[in-house]
Amino acid sequence: MNSKYLTTIGLEVHVQLNSKTKIFCGCEIRFGAPPNSQVCPVCLGLPGVLPVLNHQAFRLGLRAVLALRGTPSKRIKFDRKNYYYPDLPKGYQISQYDCPLGQGGALEIETEGRLKKIRLTRAHLEEDAGKLMHDISAAASHVDLNRAGTPLLEIVSEPELETPEEAYQYLTHLKAIIKSIGVSECNMEKGHLRCDANVSVRKNASDLLGKKVEIKNLNSFKAVKAALQYEIKRQTEALEKGEAIPQETRLWDDLKQKTLSMRSKEEAHDYRYFPEPDLVPFFVTQEEIDRELASLPELPKEKAERFARDYGLTTYDAGLLTQSSGIADFFEDCASGFPGHKTIVNWVIGPISAYLNEASLEFEALKLAPETLIRLIKLVESGQLSFQTAKEKVFPEVLKTHRDPEEVMKEKGLAQVSDEGALDAWIAEAIQAHPKVVSDFKSGKETAAMFLVGQVMKKSRGTANPGKVQELMKKKLKELV
Amino acid sequence: MNSLADKTASELSELYKKNSCTQKEILDSLTQAIHSKDGKLNAYVKFEQTRPIHRKPPATKARHQNIGGQASADGDLRSPLWGVPIAIKDNICVEGQEASCASKILQNYIAPYNATVIEKLLDAGAVIFGRTNMDEFAFGSSCETSFYGPAKNPWDLARVPGGSSGGSAASVASRTAIAALGSDTGGSIRQPAALCGIVGLKPTYGRVSRYGLIAFASSLDQIGPMTRDVRDSALLLNVIAGYDPKDSTSADVPVPDYTSFLGQSIKGMKIGMPKEYFKEGLSKEVGEAIKSAVKKLEGLGAVVSEVSLPHTEHAVNVYYIVAPSEASSNLARFDGVRFGYRNKSAQTLKEMYEKSRGDGFGAEAKRRIILGTFALSSGYYDAYYLKAMKVRTKIKSDFDEAFKKVDVLLTPTAPSPAFKIGEKTEDPLQMYLSDIYTISANLAGVPAISIPCGFSKNNLPIGLQFLAKPFDEGTLFKVSHAFEQATEFHKQKPEEPSS
Repeated sequence: MNSKYLTTIGLEVHVQLNSKTKIFCGCEIRFGAPPNSQVCPVCLGLPGVLPVLNHQAFRLGLRAVLALRGTPSKRIKFDRKNYYYPDLPKGYQISQYDCPLGQGGALEIETEGRLKKIRLTRAHLEEDAGKLMHDISAAASHVDLNRAGTPLLEIVSEPELETPEEAYQYLTHLKAIIKSIGVSECNMEKGHLRCDANVSVRKNASDLLGKKVEIKNLNSFKAVKAALQYEIKRQTEALEKGEAIPQETRLWDDLKQKTLSMRSKEEAHDYRYFPEPDLVPFFVTQEEIDRELASLPELPKEKAERFARDYGLTTYDAGLLTQSSGIADFFEDCASGFPGHKTIVNWVIGPISAYLNEASLEFEALKLAPETLIRLIKLVESGQLSFQTAKEKVFPEVLKTHRDPEEVMKEKGLAQVSDEGALDAWIAEAIQAHPKVVSDFKSGKETAAMFLVGQVMKKSRGTANPGKVQELMKKKLKELV
Repeated sequence: MNSLADKTASELSELYKKNSCTQKEILDSLTQAIHSKDGKLNAYVKFEQTRPIHRKPPATKARHQNIGGQASADGDLRSPLWGVPIAIKDNICVEGQEASCASKILQNYIAPYNATVIEKLLDAGAVIFGRTNMDEFAFGSSCETSFYGPAKNPWDLARVPGGSSGGSAASVASRTAIAALGSDTGGSIRQPAALCGIVGLKPTYGRVSRYGLIAFASSLDQIGPMTRDVRDSALLLNVIAGYDPKDSTSADVPVPDYTSFLGQSIKGMKIGMPKEYFKEGLSKEVGEAIKSAVKKLEGLGAVVSEVSLPHTEHAVNVYYIVAPSEASSNLARFDGVRFGYRNKSAQTLKEMYEKSRGDGFGAEAKRRIILGTFALSSGYYDAYYLKAMKVRTKIKSDFDEAFKKVDVLLTPTAPSPAFKIGEKTEDPLQMYLSDIYTISANLAGVPAISIPCGFSKNNLPIGLQFLAKPFDEGTLFKVSHAFEQATEFHKQKPEEPSS
């Protein structure tokens, strides 16, 4: 990418609030329910119905504003955002326009090894729309309104992000905070966190900001990063060619990995915002604010600082551990009974994180007991089990069956073999089977020894103590020279 | 002949108590009246297809298997409206009944739930009996914009009954309904009540739940009773008033027994006449009727004085920004997607919206949607909607000031008696001025009542309006009842419409 171009990114994140019922009616919020089964006249927008604010949804929004260090609005007021779409039952969305629940606030991200503060513009409450389901065969579209009326908090950042990586970091930190305070489950698959990105490119810092392009349909943090990368490249190339960038809304196509124009500025909706006359504005009491503030748990950033200080972790490790309160609590439980803190960290950000990513699981779903990991670590440290075997064979089995690591190790015959007699036999076998490799070694190719060590490891199904094998192999080969 | 259909709700209650009539006799009497008169009046919408609904009190379930059952002296009679049939304006939802707002776009739309007022009426023992004609979506002052054709004024079939609750007014006045519910956004209960010679009350904003009322302008709409006399009005308000958790704008203010205000002396009551209401535009006949009403009230001991509501002249302008703005948004849900009329020939989504709404809404509805959409548009919002809301606050404080000096305000309800059908349909502005005296009460949220106060030389009814402080409906009933007791206007009834 041409480095002389400057990028400006702002993000709008919709967080689904973790309330039992919808924001303006009593319908239960249940993911995956049969279409149009979680609906009532109110969220269907039938003639004559009226919204009533679910105070729990409001409280969760307030909690998020406070955790993000925003200033809560004293007067809570809702507005109507008018537009037509089949997934919007009333023809307007109840949202907040000129008097958002929260203003300001900030969160800190790490970029290129330094901390950067990203300020927030605002956070406001609104109701979600339903979902369209397109039936290709029948040439018909169906509307599922189960999601209509689900409470959302839209968090808008200032345009202070400068790279796709910073955007990614911002989302990661935001998710960590929101999750840690219990405001949302932040389950990406269930759409609990959705993001629109605004991006513009300009040549010099002194230039006016470029025309803003909004990217929609970003369903994962990875998609945000990829779409921003694509869009920056597209806009930079256009500017290079002397083309103007029109202000528009573009859709991210995750399959094709590119953005496509959705509508131009001229086609943009005029939402005709006006105060929602069906809901009476009310005032937030200082007691309510104080109550929420007092009940906020330690936030990820504070926790990371404490972890670095108390457990001697690097800022990087501490940051990773505190992105999920489940993982952070797990670490603390492990660390309380075991002094090898760095080893625990390595397990958590290594094998455990890898497993979660691969299985698309949240940490809590593992139901991993801290003692189990400690027992596994102790097996490795005492030389009874190799790290490799522990990671690849014992640990996955332990996660699946919740059995004791030692029991799994013994049952599967995975205990590390350090006994020289047993190792010597495998070594002799390897040397005998590969005369060419041995002669390579003789002619000075030292790496040939590693091949033979590999053969021993293979033969032993990974149970051979690799350090010991290396030591013995070298000794044996040198004897042959 | 004095049939049961001629009785008021309170008279019917007395007859029940004395066991001198049955519910079946009443419903039969009404049905007969409707059959003989409504062909000309068109006050009801699809009467034949609308079944009466009655909730049998649990204790007497077995004894009242059907509506024809004998209402004997038992627990039922403690229900304040036991067995009293109430006609319902076509914009109030009754479970299982069509709620069309007299619009093509909602034709055949069956409401799946009861409005809160319907629940309350049923709990009070009332029979939900028929749906009344109205201006489409309550947009009008003459009932002429109804998809089902205009309702007629029972005093003169060539004239309008007023609107938008014209069907409710015409049915109550013509003795084809005992009492009815209407809705009032800018005068839609009071103006037709005046034009048909009955009592129409618009309660304080928030006094009666709007849940189940198909919204026209949410910040102005109120449901209210339309009755033959003041007692029935108080009786009905007793039942329908009160806080409703389903309506955030309903007020948690205790509901007094409104009948307790009846029969009280108005000696010393301070009545203010806003001078701005007696300028040009008021017909001579109405002006004279008001004058003699004032004399009557003074004779009853009231102290009448002139007051000022200086922002009155802006009320119509403010109203025609605020009401259409809210309406344009409230009517967005009629899009052909989930219910109501859908144009089947549309090929694209946009076409479906355009054709369904294009076919489904009448001219006046379209006019107001366009007006409101414009007023809310980016670049115009500040100049129109925001400005209107500011003036609305001024209008409200005018009333606050006035009520520091007087207990109640007295004004004409409508500038003239009922006008001819077709007389104002070509001139929307003239039509909008029909509500010039009623609109302010909605903008300010104060309660107002229209009661009969005279007849024109053509024998058309004339109404006067009282307005009171928020939640002071009691004072309205007190002064209205005193006036009614001293006059005979409410006892007059239109002759049978001649064929």
